[in-house]
Amino acid sequence: MNLYLLAEAVVAFLLVAGGIFAFTGSLGMLQFKDFFMRLHGPTKGTTLGIGCTLIASMLYFTVTQGEFHVQELLITLFLFITAPVTGHMLAKTGLHMHLRFTTGTRGSVPEFRDEDVGQSRVARPAKARHPWRSRRQKRRGRLPR
Amino acid sequence: MKAMGRLLPTPTLSLVLLITWLLLVRSIAPGQLILGAVLAVVIPLLTRGFWEPLPQVRHPIKLARFVLVVLYDIVKANVQVSLLILSPKREPHPGFVEYPLSVKDPLTITLLANTITMTPGTVSTNVRLDRSSLLIHVLDMHDEQALVREIQERYERPLKEIFEC
Repeated sequence: MNLYLLAEAVVAFLLVAGGIFAFTGSLGMLQFKDFFMRLHGPTKGTTLGIGCTLIASMLYFTVTQGEFHVQELLITLFLFITAPVTGHMLAKTGLHMHLRFTTGTRGSVPEFRDEDVGQSRVARPAKARHPWRSRRQKRRGRLPR
Repeated sequence: MKAMGRLLPTPTLSLVLLITWLLLVRSIAPGQLILGAVLAVVIPLLTRGFWEPLPQVRHPIKLARFVLVVLYDIVKANVQVSLLILSPKREPHPGFVEYPLSVKDPLTITLLANTITMTPGTVSTNVRLDRSSLLIHVLDMHDEQALVREIQERYERPLKEIFEC
């Protein structure tokens, strides 16, 4: 019984903390003044918010059903992979669209050279290889392309 | 052995896929094991064209330590940013920093950029295509040099040691 009480307290704490973090992350979108600052809210505040909620879920189902629930780890993993990538993409788009910064932003954005924007001065692989056909052609002695 | 290498070009990826599948379906019934194994073989073969040759993990222990450090920093980052959001009086001083990269491997740069995005007050915004520098947006910047030094000490050096590139 005591264990259940303890687990309940921990789950409740994690849920409340998760809710608060998720909320402040979203509040950041409202508070901050320019696009790049607003980006900081969702990339961080929500990560821990969702993390706390997932740990609470894991704990709750493990204790109540008596078997390990680790599925939530997958959600965490996917989130940790996708959140920074979307953040990076959004920030990069913002840079390329020359969005304005709030006054007082220190440092400056360097002018982009063609290579940085991806206007192809960089060698790319000539042609995407078909997953299996290219190998068969090679085996027949015919090189692809 | 050679046929094995052809069938499983990336054993680690295959293992991760199998485990992911078993976690998704939440069972280790024989049927699911077989299906998971098939997926673990087929998916790497189909996506082989996308993968650059990946560097080997040399120091698993250092990798584990790095993950722990990053997890701790994520929690710290969340608390810091939340406090900054919740105290409207404190005006943050945003800024851009160009961070010189000393690692050159694509995977390592990706890991570093993701780590920077997840940790206190920084979002990586742009990697130069020649991989010479990373542009970082900082939410609350006080000392540019200190920030660069901290990233170098805390994230880049361990990553470099782990992959030794």
